[in-house]
Amino acid sequence: MTTQAITTAGAARGTSEPAFTRKPKDTAGDRAVGAFSHTVLVIWSLIVILPLVWTLITSFKTTREIFASPFSLPANWNFDNYVSAWTQEGIGNYFLNTVIVVGFALVIVMILGAMCAYVLARYTFFGSRAIYYLMLAGLTFPVFLAIVPLFFVLRNIGLLNTLPGLILTYVAFALPFTVFFLYSFFKGLPDEIAEAAAIDGAGEWRTFFQVMLPMAKPGMASVAIFNFLGLWNQFLLPVALNTNKDNYVLSQGMASFASSAGYAVDFGALFAAVVITIVPVLIAYVIFQRQLQGSVSQGTMK
Amino acid sequence: MTAAGADPGRAIAATLAPSGGRKTAGGRRRKPTVDYVTFMAVFLGLPLAIFLIFVIWPFIQAVFYSLTDWSGFSPEMNIIGGENYLRLFNDDIFMTALGNNILLAIVVPLVTIVLALALATMVTVGGPSHGPIRGLRNSSFYRVVSFFPYVIPAIITGILWGQIYNPAGLLNGLLGLVGLDMFESFPWLGDERTAMGATIFVIVWGFVGFYMVLFVAAIKGVPAETYEAARIDGAGRFRTAFSITIPLIRDNIQTAYIYLGILALDAFVYMQALNPGGGPNNSTLVMSQQLFRTAFNKGEFGQASAMGVVLAVVTLVFAAIVFLVNRLTGGKEERGRA
Repeated sequence: MTTQAITTAGAARGTSEPAFTRKPKDTAGDRAVGAFSHTVLVIWSLIVILPLVWTLITSFKTTREIFASPFSLPANWNFDNYVSAWTQEGIGNYFLNTVIVVGFALVIVMILGAMCAYVLARYTFFGSRAIYYLMLAGLTFPVFLAIVPLFFVLRNIGLLNTLPGLILTYVAFALPFTVFFLYSFFKGLPDEIAEAAAIDGAGEWRTFFQVMLPMAKPGMASVAIFNFLGLWNQFLLPVALNTNKDNYVLSQGMASFASSAGYAVDFGALFAAVVITIVPVLIAYVIFQRQLQGSVSQGTMK
Repeated sequence: MTAAGADPGRAIAATLAPSGGRKTAGGRRRKPTVDYVTFMAVFLGLPLAIFLIFVIWPFIQAVFYSLTDWSGFSPEMNIIGGENYLRLFNDDIFMTALGNNILLAIVVPLVTIVLALALATMVTVGGPSHGPIRGLRNSSFYRVVSFFPYVIPAIITGILWGQIYNPAGLLNGLLGLVGLDMFESFPWLGDERTAMGATIFVIVWGFVGFYMVLFVAAIKGVPAETYEAARIDGAGRFRTAFSITIPLIRDNIQTAYIYLGILALDAFVYMQALNPGGGPNNSTLVMSQQLFRTAFNKGEFGQASAMGVVLAVVTLVFAAIVFLVNRLTGGKEERGRA
């Protein structure tokens, strides 16, 4: 069966391999290597999957059951932990805040980033190189360098501890990455199309929104996926700049939940909250896994 | 046909790759029409204003604040020159944090990359040594599974592993099952000997899959003929890995090393989730935690800004070292082959 697959695969690929006159068998070495590789990969897969499965099961247990044994199954399979995590611990509220902040920030940064990258890539003007290098600096320096002054910038304009303030900050810090990725993208688009649009009487605005931006869709999708992950996972910015508990986003809410009151934590609800946070990304991952891995691959082709 | 799954992605990537030729679209002179002026003001002015106000301006301010004794809420601030920096280098706790960061920046990328590279090699070229070069069966399953931790928010990864390392958690339970009873209720994160190792493993767990996918893509970019030639020349699997794979994807490895190193020099999220207090005897304390505490708990904003500058300088030095090492070893390689 394997040899059959090999001959067809070889023929399909058009390699210089002649038609097999003898049937090559996997040598002992091949089999040993194959078995070893599969073992290693299976072990790593288990290291990835087991903690997640364990978390899922534990999320149905009461705190007492959790401390009795790590392996026992819950006596009652019910969603009590989920209900108390969502309502009493405020996970529902954090979830809503996160959706608002990440949603707005993502849309704004994609539009502004595409516009900025487009101008930098396709227009030459005084200072365009300087702006490009400034973006590079924004990408290289750690956020920690900016965090203290940022606190006071936001306080001075009255946006500290507010969701709009957080959205603006998210946009600003996601901008360099967005511009960089889309810069090379817009640079690669053919000139003729922009010229054709200009001859047809389209202004700069229309050329961008009706001609160039639609052509950049694949690039926009990749950047949007990475920006979504980055913003959804953002931790430092909200922890430092958004200290009003009503405005907490999921990441900081989870951190405060996990560390609050030390041993008085409702561990069942904590596990339930972890599951609540993971499930949306798991669903998104299963749907977009092709595109996501494709986007990672694109990064290497540069 | 395991390779088929990746082919569309590669085809897209190939069309996406910038053509390299310099475009001269903007070269021609434009009349400053209303359309053009409003276009530039909005397209360039708006994003740039946000970027300058919220990123570049705070960077510049941070350098200035680091030279003052500003406490934040009082308008008074005296310029005290390098005193903040001097104090930092005489501060044992901060130097411990710096040392931990350097340890992380060396170990985390090394372990992650070695593991990711090994897994990527098995997945792509681990198949039988006859017929076309191919990977293992079911390799896309392994890729999909190992990539998943990357999309879990880092804070959740930390909390999750905090529970696994808990004395009554999964790890000790498993060790008990295989008969290692001495680990019963062993505090992995509460013991000075294991806290750092356990923490490093958590970060590695989160990133191996991502870099594995990255390396898989890079290895697939190597022409199959190169591997076939090596095989005909009688190169074994290890020889192929070290003489073909690694030299041909070294730029990807360099990028991975820099990204992971920058991540390890930050490491704030993981440390806050696993050991918010800095760990037993400050064994997992990192600079970012110390900075955060100095600024937002103690209100010593001048001192905290100095820590930020040190962190930024260490990051830049780290990236420079990686570039330099790659250049030096790369140069040697070329000469050796000639």
